[in-house]
Amino acid sequence: MILAQQLLLGVLIGGLYGLAAAGLSLVFGVMRVLDVAHGELIMLGGYGTFWLVTLLGVDPFLALGLVIPGALALGVALYWGLFAFVVRADEATRVKNSLLIGFGLALALHALAVRLWTADERSVPTPYGGAVFTVAGLSIPAVRLLSLVLAFALILSLQLLLTRWRWGKAIRATAEDWQAALLTGIDVRRAYLLAFALGTALAGAAGTLVTIGYAVSPSIGLEWTLKALIVVVLAGLGSMPGTFVGGLVLGVAEAASAAAFGGPYREVVGLVIFVVVLVVRPRGLFGR
Amino acid sequence: MRRRWAAVSAVALGALALLPLATPREDILNFVFLVLLGITLAESWNIVAGYAGQVNLGHAAFFGLGALLTRRLWTTGTPIVAAMLAGAVLATGFAVVIGVAAFRLRGAYFAIGTLALGEILRTTVSNVLPEISTLPAASIAAYRLTDRYYAALVLAAVTVAAVAALASSRLGLGMRAIREDEEAAAASGVGALRLKLAALALSTGLAGLAGGLFAYYHISYYASHPFGPQWTFDALLMTYIGGVGTLHGPLLGAVLYVVLKEYLAVRWVDLHLLIFGALFVAIVLLLPGGLVQAAARVRRLLRRRR
Repeated sequence: MILAQQLLLGVLIGGLYGLAAAGLSLVFGVMRVLDVAHGELIMLGGYGTFWLVTLLGVDPFLALGLVIPGALALGVALYWGLFAFVVRADEATRVKNSLLIGFGLALALHALAVRLWTADERSVPTPYGGAVFTVAGLSIPAVRLLSLVLAFALILSLQLLLTRWRWGKAIRATAEDWQAALLTGIDVRRAYLLAFALGTALAGAAGTLVTIGYAVSPSIGLEWTLKALIVVVLAGLGSMPGTFVGGLVLGVAEAASAAAFGGPYREVVGLVIFVVVLVVRPRGLFGR
Repeated sequence: MRRRWAAVSAVALGALALLPLATPREDILNFVFLVLLGITLAESWNIVAGYAGQVNLGHAAFFGLGALLTRRLWTTGTPIVAAMLAGAVLATGFAVVIGVAAFRLRGAYFAIGTLALGEILRTTVSNVLPEISTLPAASIAAYRLTDRYYAALVLAAVTVAAVAALASSRLGLGMRAIREDEEAAAASGVGALRLKLAALALSTGLAGLAGGLFAYYHISYYASHPFGPQWTFDALLMTYIGGVGTLHGPLLGAVLYVVLKEYLAVRWVDLHLLIFGALFVAIVLLLPGGLVQAAARVRRLLRRRR
């Protein structure tokens, strides 16, 4: 019973892993840019929520409606300010330079967050914070269940955008083969911009849900970047629902290993899977 | 040119060696110690990243392993030099085992793979050894800062000398060939894996010694602290800002980094990371050769004026 409860909590956080990974996967898949500041963007989304709730008294879940456009704008700014310079290079240089730039950005954002919000852990109160459903003897925190549903809804809407919307198709074509996309008259630069902005928006949304269900502090960035990378490696690129499932798998694997080896080791299992998968299929997993 | 650099190095080394005799102020010695530790970390990281062209984001793992074993052996009675050497051997041994697998990864995949590796070690160590490691009272009573200072000076000098020797050797040439184009280097008979392993072994051995120095210097710290990613990030920032793949760049970067960090830390905690993060991004985008390249450009401009 305890195991089942732990696995259930693993599924609930796994949805957020999937959401965190979806943005990274989109940016990497389309731009071949590895933004290791993705976790810091999640962290910023979390603090945006924290401010909206504590300063303006917005309902935490409704804060999503403000955090997502804010993150979109931030994504546009970051693209024009930084990553637009990176995508000019050839693919190997692009990946390496984006890694370094993301790294510098991560450091700067972390230091900025410590300045603005101090190093303390913050969480937001929700009016229905304590509500718990009990199903077949398992308790399900309402807030986390709603987060899971919202994470799934967001990933589904992204998938719809990518398959139905004109520019969504352009983004996918660019991911497939940017030179061919260019030849068919697609504005590849704009596809890059859109992909990066959407990726940042997803990070912001993930940050909101993380802050509601768990907590935010300036140092969560690296942890979430790693989680997102692990899921991207597990799920591969291309399918957003696949990424969501990859997130659930990681959440369950963490819960299972925490049950088997003790709580503190939950972080280790994902990283070990990650390293092993990377080494066994050095290039294949990020590719299709 | 070479002779001039040798003379400058000898004078700098001599001045640093005499410093503890000239001033009894501990804050100055501690400060120079941090610069010397920074130089060792940055130069050792530079071997793999700058010469062999592989961005290793798990450098802290080797620093941490060196610190862990050195502390264990030293506090149980082993002489410090032997303990530090044992720490270096452990770090190198681990690096060679890991390296065979990790070097199957190319470019950014190597970077994130090693980052994950460092985090695995850090988490595991903080679970297994959650306590603070404090020196026994007898060692604290016998603690002399000048011993640590000279150990740091020797280690930094050895590291810089090792990188200088590497830079002008056939081995170093092979490493740079791999950095520029691994396929082409392999096709012209450079054993890429062997050379990358050699670079990693030298780099991690020095990082292990630096970890040992940290264990010798600090009176008390969490056993997982030297495994923290910030040690890797520090080395990376110092190296890139100074000039990656050059001998003088990491030296320059380490001095600038520690000066700014210590100066700013007095008033604003962590502000140096904001500045260095931004500076680092600017350097990657605009000036990939770092300060060394900037200095060379300025020199060329001045010469043209004349």
